[in-house]
Amino acid sequence: MADKVQFELVSPEKLLLSEAVDMVVVPGADGNFGVLPGHSLLISTVRPGVIDVYEGNQISEQIFVSGGFAEVTPERCTVLADEAMPLSALDSATVEAEMRNLEAALANLRERSGRLSGDEREAVLTELRATESKLDVGQAKLAALRTTTAH
Amino acid sequence: MPSLKDLRVRIRSVKSTQKITAAMKMVAASRLRRAQEQAEAARPYAQRMDRMLSSLAGKLAGMPGAPPLLAGTGKDTVHLLVVATSDRGLAGGFNGTILREARRNIRELQAAGKTVKILTIGRKGRDSLRRDYAKLIGDSLTEVGRKRLAFVEAKEIADKILAMYQAGSFDVCTIVYNRFKSAISQIVTLQQLIPFAPPASTPETAAGTGVYEFEPSEEEILTALLPSNLAVQIFTALLENGASEQGARMTAMDNATRNAGEMIDRLTINYNRTRQAVITKELIEIISGAEAL
Repeated sequence: MADKVQFELVSPEKLLLSEAVDMVVVPGADGNFGVLPGHSLLISTVRPGVIDVYEGNQISEQIFVSGGFAEVTPERCTVLADEAMPLSALDSATVEAEMRNLEAALANLRERSGRLSGDEREAVLTELRATESKLDVGQAKLAALRTTTAH
Repeated sequence: MPSLKDLRVRIRSVKSTQKITAAMKMVAASRLRRAQEQAEAARPYAQRMDRMLSSLAGKLAGMPGAPPLLAGTGKDTVHLLVVATSDRGLAGGFNGTILREARRNIRELQAAGKTVKILTIGRKGRDSLRRDYAKLIGDSLTEVGRKRLAFVEAKEIADKILAMYQAGSFDVCTIVYNRFKSAISQIVTLQQLIPFAPPASTPETAAGTGVYEFEPSEEEILTALLPSNLAVQIFTALLENGASEQGARMTAMDNATRNAGEMIDRLTINYNRTRQAVITKELIEIISGAEAL
């Protein structure tokens, strides 16, 4: 089938989705890119955001990914996602609550990192960075939710 | 000659042991199926990541300024050995084979004048290696994947190893685990994790890859891809190990059940013979007593 793209969404734990679709829009590191059949060879990192799957001119599926990698060949589009969930499974209230917790944790860690030194400080800083990236994912979730409700 | 009562007691105790081993075999069989399914499900991700990496790494390996995870630190004096074993025993030769290979490797490296550090995963490995190499064990993790191995757990281990690598506490990292071949046979495998050794690219993949475009840049993707790949490799190794453990346990328990059955048969024959001998003896006593009158 030359007029379809084989779209595969894989998480480390299992193959989430594998189907022939008309077009996929992937949130790449340097901006979203659409994949149509016959796309040139491309490897890109994926930033937290929403993958839109198109059937015809309609969006048939929207999946939130928290980051990962994408490999595109003329026949295939493979997304290796760190974590993925359908956009409909997210709701802004839970995400906001999660964000508040993360922000509190972040403030706490910042305060501790100021006091400590040596190895302990390193450990706290690592945790700090992890929390910050989680916060980024949360923000991307919220942004994704806002755009869909605005439709 | 054991008395009848002794034999009865022994038969009963072997029977209850047999019940336990038979139950453990069933449990291991069902866990094995689950572990195999999980390993199967995780394969696509690892395969695709491998494909991406080999097309990238082939290109960048020779270049100066390649990420240290790929190029190494330029030395190989300090080796970190990750020994993946199980938390629980009664799995036949499962832990034994891994530990034998690990010990052989440690001796070999030490003989070559290298420094060895050990990171153990699983209680059995920790307990056994602590006897000989207590000073080398840097860290030991237990209860990994107790219920169901999650990718997050593998990622945590990978992060720990990465932090050590960045701090410069080792140059080469290798993992020892059992690769699952079948329920009866598991293969001990030594796999180098850092620096990343790309699988030798077959002519087919080399021809098929063509020229990729990279977004943002090759170096950036590679720096993001290598740590994830480490986590994936550890995850795969742990999954294989989990399946091997259950397979080994299943076979061991099957053998134990069969041995118990044989033992019961032998003891039963012995019991019946003894019982008959006792009856015969009583008869002889009665008859000779009557004849004496």
